[in-house]
Amino acid sequence: MQIYLPIAEVSVNAFLLLGLGGIVGVLSGMFGVGGGFLMTPLLFFIGIPPAVAVATEANQIVASSFSGVLAHFKRKTVDLRMGVVLLIGGLVGAALGVVVFNYLRAQGQVDLLVRLCYVVFLGVIGGLMFIESLNAIRKTRGGKPAPRKKHNWIHGLPFKMRFRVSGLYISVIPPLLVGVSVGILAAIMGVGGGFIMVPAMIYLLGMPTKVVVGTSLFQIIFVTAFTTLLHATTNYTVDIVLAVLLLVGGVIGAQIGTRIGVKMKAEQLRILLAMLVLAVCGKLALDLLLMPTELYAIGTAGGH
Amino acid sequence: MRRWAIHLAAGLALLWAHPAQTEEVVLGLSADKVSITTSFEGSEILIFGAVKRETPIPEGPPLEVIVTVAGPSAPLIVRRKEKRFGIWVNVDAVEVDRAPSFYAVVTSGPLRTVLRDIEDLRHKISVPRAIRSVGAPQSISDATLFTDALIRIRSRSDLYQLRESAVSVDEQTLFRTSVQLPAALTEGDYATRIFLTRGGQIVSQYQTTIDVQKVGLERWLFELSRGQPLIYGLMSLAIAIAAGWLASAAFRMLRT
Repeated sequence: MQIYLPIAEVSVNAFLLLGLGGIVGVLSGMFGVGGGFLMTPLLFFIGIPPAVAVATEANQIVASSFSGVLAHFKRKTVDLRMGVVLLIGGLVGAALGVVVFNYLRAQGQVDLLVRLCYVVFLGVIGGLMFIESLNAIRKTRGGKPAPRKKHNWIHGLPFKMRFRVSGLYISVIPPLLVGVSVGILAAIMGVGGGFIMVPAMIYLLGMPTKVVVGTSLFQIIFVTAFTTLLHATTNYTVDIVLAVLLLVGGVIGAQIGTRIGVKMKAEQLRILLAMLVLAVCGKLALDLLLMPTELYAIGTAGGH
Repeated sequence: MRRWAIHLAAGLALLWAHPAQTEEVVLGLSADKVSITTSFEGSEILIFGAVKRETPIPEGPPLEVIVTVAGPSAPLIVRRKEKRFGIWVNVDAVEVDRAPSFYAVVTSGPLRTVLRDIEDLRHKISVPRAIRSVGAPQSISDATLFTDALIRIRSRSDLYQLRESAVSVDEQTLFRTSVQLPAALTEGDYATRIFLTRGGQIVSQYQTTIDVQKVGLERWLFELSRGQPLIYGLMSLAIAIAAGWLASAAFRMLRT
């Protein structure tokens, strides 16, 4: 069934969009990532104009994250206090990110920079997570439980705050900084930023994996809602028809994904996410390295 | 007597100066309005017509018909990738001043035999001529490659079409053809031109427009997103959050 998208001005298969939304939704629920880093490139691939894809994806992430976070609230795996601290950082970062993005666009080559950002961040994070999870699995097989690092330089910082749900007593500076940097990257790369925030929360802040997913979803809702409004009012690129189709598939997928995630061990979950991140990174890197089949591309004059 | 002679001369001159007037197009379209609805899958427009003439069919080369349909034009940039530091990046860019979002040329015979190059140049009929590109930077010597690429990319998605020998002409009087509009269509007035040619020379031309417009829900959403962007954005968020909550509630009901 073909459906014409009013803002994107293209006609696409409705079931294809539902399916894409569903698959990305499962992953989003499992790992607590918005799925934007997967969905945005997929939307480019099926012919949605990039500007519309990025803006609409932000709106869709709001829906799938909301659905996911409700499931986490029920299980009490959301650290609200930590979420709010991350959110404050995230909003500041998103606003900064938009400024940086517009500056880069004026310089040209913003496409390349976004792609390089993807390759570098996905590569580094995916690689680190993969190695760490492999080590963790090897250690648990050996009989010893993986030790949690209790003390590092982060614990020496001022403005300490107690995060009861996470069982942490740390300074608010690291979570604020994580929020800001994720916000900047989210605005530049057009994603929720969960794939950066989840590892940052685990490895930098030392939060328990079970709490990380719900808390990151909580923060993502607000940051992406902010981004959606920004895109809708400045670029007019949010396609609600596209968003509805993606989110119908996405919210159902997210529910399934959250349930799968509960049944799996944290290490397995992390190694799967690492593999997924590395696969996307590899694909993007190949696009940059291999000679493209079409060397030319059409862009609208005066921007993008 | 002298006066009469002047009249005759003037009349003859008029006849010679406007040979095109002897053959005129009477046109019909299967639709002069295309409505883009939510389930829009593209549209086929039948174009048919007759040649009206007061004199018998002229001797010489047969009558040929060329039909063009052009979507709204817009300036755009064509960029070319090159390998720099091991990765492929956009290096050169050429600005195209005007390129139609859709352009179809349908002819009754091979384009080069039914239309002389000089006429093509004057009326901008063939696909490359319909694109106007002047300002290529000095540093780019192969600017035509960029317009070739534009045509190649758009032809691949059926946005630019050249269909030769696709107009059927009966008795040099009746003609009919069809133009397939793809699903990914831009709104606007689609200029439709019909040219009658003999021996590659245009003898008559006719112009009309096909109105392509979004209707219903499509129209409403489009207007809202442009006119009231904040309300549109908030509505999008509300729908997203409602859908997220509904799905979660539905799953809870399924579980219990």
